[in-house]
Amino acid sequence: MRKVVAIILASAFFAVLLVSFSNIQQADYGEKEYYYQNPINGSYANESVPSHYISNTKNETGAVNAVTAIVVEYRGFDTLGEVTVLFTAATGVSFLLYKTRGGKKRTEANLILKEGSKLVLPFILLTGAYIFIHGHLTPGGGFPGGAVIASGFLLMMLSYPKFFMKEKAVSVTESMAGITFAFIGLLGLVFASSFLQNFLPLGDAGYVLSAGIIPIIYIAIGFKVGSELSSIADKLKEVQK
Amino acid sequence: MIELTIISWIMAFLVIGAAIYAIETKDLISAAIAAGVASLVVSIMFLVLQAPDVAITEASIGAGLTMAIFVYAIGRTGRWEE
Repeated sequence: MRKVVAIILASAFFAVLLVSFSNIQQADYGEKEYYYQNPINGSYANESVPSHYISNTKNETGAVNAVTAIVVEYRGFDTLGEVTVLFTAATGVSFLLYKTRGGKKRTEANLILKEGSKLVLPFILLTGAYIFIHGHLTPGGGFPGGAVIASGFLLMMLSYPKFFMKEKAVSVTESMAGITFAFIGLLGLVFASSFLQNFLPLGDAGYVLSAGIIPIIYIAIGFKVGSELSSIADKLKEVQK
Repeated sequence: MIELTIISWIMAFLVIGAAIYAIETKDLISAAIAAGVASLVVSIMFLVLQAPDVAITEASIGAGLTMAIFVYAIGRTGRWEE
């Protein structure tokens, strides 16, 4: 009975989605602007926003990667909220799983995994740093870069049972990155007109040192996300019995 | 214009199959691995649909970290669903 109800609800939901998105005209991905009719009142709201982003991003922000420009520059305040959500989640996990270290002795990993992960770890960290430093030039940014760094530490945790993150270093990194993000936003309030507005010169588009505050904010987000995610993994590992 | 080639169809059925398996199986470790496979294939689909930013995020978070965190949490509770 429950399964039947679930199937009916799922198909109804799918039908609603199908009807509401069927108004999108056949367009090439990312090449034409499309018109999206609001299913509630029938208006064509926001039809100019995508085309504005596509045609003006490079001149207004100096970033080659339009996705990064939208995430950090146009919608920077949302990103601050997103980082706060992640911070709250990490804090909640460490509160819930607080326990003394140790627990049951785990079996040692074999030699190939141990030495191999030692060999691979610097390259994983380098890739993560590359992803968030070049966030305004190539696909990627603070969130995936931080996740790549955290997965490198996760590899170390899997191969060495006694590998723990240094709690103090993690929390200092995380808070410094958060403070940097908020402080740059406040500097935007001082030197420009609004919170998180760009106040640095844009530079030549396509270079690492360009696009104003975007690289600084994305480096801060990368450090913050990396330390938060690795502290979540570390906390989950600590309490394992 | 993106055409639905045969590879796209294979990927779509792989995603749906992995998702259904993750729901239906009683072994939670297999369910976590099936969810990881689903998000890995979804990240390839994002790449095909010209969204490399989303693809990188999905591959690193969905297929990597989430699966590891699930496995840790399952190790803390029980492996089999009742």
